[in-house]
Amino acid sequence: MTTLSPTRTVGLVARREFTTRVRSKAFVLSTLLIIGLLAGYVLLFSFIGKSSAIKVGLAGQSTGISAPLTAITGKLGKEVQTTTVNDQNDGEQQVRSGKLDVLVSGALDAPKVTVKSSLDPALQQALTELVRQQAIQGALAQNGLKPNVLDAAQSVTVRPKVLEPEDPEQGQKTVLAYIVGMVLFISIQTFGVAVAQGVVEEKSSRVVEILLATIRPWQLLLGKVIGIGASGLIQVLAIGVAGVALGRASGMLTLTDFAVGAVASAVGWYLVGFFLYAVLLAAAGSLVSRQEELQSVITPVTLLPVLGFVVGINLTLRNPADPISAVLSMVPFFTPTLMPARIALGVAPLWQVVLALVLAVGCIALFTWLGGKVYGNAVLRTGSRVKLRDALR
Amino acid sequence: MTWNSLQERKTAVAEGVLEIDRISKRYGDVVALRDMTFDVRAGELFGFVGSNGAGKTTTMRIALGVLAADSGEVRWSGRPVDLEIRRHIGYMPEERGLYPKMKARDQLVYLAELHGLSTSDAQRAADSWLDRLGLTARRDEEVQKLSLGNQQRVQLAAALVHDPAVLVLDEPFSGLDPVAVDVMSEVLREKAASGVPVVFSSHQLDLVERLCDRVGIIRSGQMVACGGVGELRESGPLRLTVDAPRAQPGWTAGLAGVSEVGVHGTVTTVELAEGADDQEVLAAALRTGPVREFSRLRPTLTELYRNVVSQEKAS
Ligand SMILES: Nc1ncnc2c1ncn2[C@@H]1O[C@H](COP(=O)(O)OP(=O)(O)O)[C@@H](O)[C@H]1O
Ligand SMILES: [Mg+2]
Repeated sequence: MTTLSPTRTVGLVARREFTTRVRSKAFVLSTLLIIGLLAGYVLLFSFIGKSSAIKVGLAGQSTGISAPLTAITGKLGKEVQTTTVNDQNDGEQQVRSGKLDVLVSGALDAPKVTVKSSLDPALQQALTELVRQQAIQGALAQNGLKPNVLDAAQSVTVRPKVLEPEDPEQGQKTVLAYIVGMVLFISIQTFGVAVAQGVVEEKSSRVVEILLATIRPWQLLLGKVIGIGASGLIQVLAIGVAGVALGRASGMLTLTDFAVGAVASAVGWYLVGFFLYAVLLAAAGSLVSRQEELQSVITPVTLLPVLGFVVGINLTLRNPADPISAVLSMVPFFTPTLMPARIALGVAPLWQVVLALVLAVGCIALFTWLGGKVYGNAVLRTGSRVKLRDALR
Repeated sequence: MTWNSLQERKTAVAEGVLEIDRISKRYGDVVALRDMTFDVRAGELFGFVGSNGAGKTTTMRIALGVLAADSGEVRWSGRPVDLEIRRHIGYMPEERGLYPKMKARDQLVYLAELHGLSTSDAQRAADSWLDRLGLTARRDEEVQKLSLGNQQRVQLAAALVHDPAVLVLDEPFSGLDPVAVDVMSEVLREKAASGVPVVFSSHQLDLVERLCDRVGIIRSGQMVACGGVGELRESGPLRLTVDAPRAQPGWTAGLAGVSEVGVHGTVTTVELAEGADDQEVLAAALRTGPVREFSRLRPTLTELYRNVVSQEKAS
């Protein structure tokens, strides 16, 4: 027999926790479920995205306007999808049946536009613009002028001085922020609560007495937190990788580098958040001896991230620059879900990130000390619920 | 100090003896232990008896460090028991417990590793105990799915899998079927024969009497009688049974230091006070007529124990 180092002891405990959890059906199913939800979201979104394009049928001479029409409507922020139809009758048929939104036919300078009930204003504007250009060029040609004499005049535009340029990728970033915040929130809750359940399992099955006859309480606690935390890490990573891959494959996500950075930092924040809550939840769990009593002692702890997340993420998504959400994201209890969301939105200055991290790590140190004390005092007291005051002595 | 140097010391100092030295423990106003003291020698089976609440579990938990004593010390081989030594103790707590959802073999391997065995040694030890206790076919079943009897076998294996140098078992026989009692007895005897001090608590006094080299009877947190089974019985009051068919009731009255404790047909049982002469009883019996039987009796452990308990009730 050799002497057993504390590192090996903690490692043994962590290994057991990790393998039991990763092999469990619940773990595999929940990972697949979250990835499935993400996939569903991507599918739904790309479906809605596609169907928002206006379907325009072109007949006769009008077939030539496909390219300029697409370009002009694009500038106006609308997507069109053009197809060529055989003739007026066929086109009208398709408009009636809803296969087409608009039919454009007839001469270029006086096109006939057919719609079912109403014409999209942007499309109307684009068509008017096209017809106007056509008419001007016709008039120029009749008067013997070259068609390009007005080119310079036509390219004159008003360029506003933009004080706060709109980020064309704001939409993607918002979605990213929301998903990152959500996944972190769920993971930290799930795996934090798993630590509390693990503590109670050892108490209710009494195995803790055999364990603590040979290892110290802090070794058991640390091993448990590391093992369960690592299994959560695997899940967060799997979700992150699957999410980025899905986003890219569907074309929803073009900011690959940015997204990879956001996911990588989210993994780090997961660890911070998990440790912060895990130690508190373990301490809370050690106060009771039966799973049925667990809910009552962990609710005060699990409610905190819910509050922070719901309030913070809504403020942040409504207005990324919201000062209250900035402050909330630096409160250690809320940092792990809100700060990564703000980072994904690209609105968190470095100093805020660093400050939040320092505060959170300080809190972890404090909670580890307090939580370790409560756990060590309470974990061997089976029977009725241990009072927090007694456990803190 | 390393395990090896401890092993060397063992030969010099108290030779692998487990010493419980003046341990006291209170729970609030309840005094659970008061100067509890006894030794369990290497190679000895020590039975720890006493009524419910006498303090057996508290003593064992303190020896294993899962409970802190208010004062006193537990030593092994002359050295206070610390985490390193505890790793070499096999323990079966009163409240049995294993991970319900862990497979029997995984569980044993894990516990052996936590006690310092390498993974391969742990696997070998787990397999050998599973085999020895007839659990090989069940090795990959979750503990919660095993029958109660098999769960108890796994629990015993958990106490033994790291080849402990000391065994502390809290009521290991409670709830066992007769076959399991035999298996348990055999294993404990074998461990003791290999030089390990073995202490266990039990309410089954006949079993303790049959199995143990020495016995400690405790009452209200204190050791009231401790010694070899024969020695303890010798120390109890001497009794005589006399079969004198012609004797009239009350024939022993007037004999100094002799009190009658029972009459069954023609057989009278008397108890002799310290210093009373058994020959005077014989002479008195002969005066009544023929004497068919005259024998000295020592109280059984059960009778000794009853004595102790009744004193407890009286006090
Ligand atoms: N956790 C506890 N809190 C308060 N009193 C206790 C506790 N554990 C044991 N006791 C008391 O200590 C005494 C000894 O108990 P115990 O060691 O369990 O006895 P035994 O194992 O001999 O039945 C009893 O009076 C019991 O009520
Ligand atoms: Mg007991």
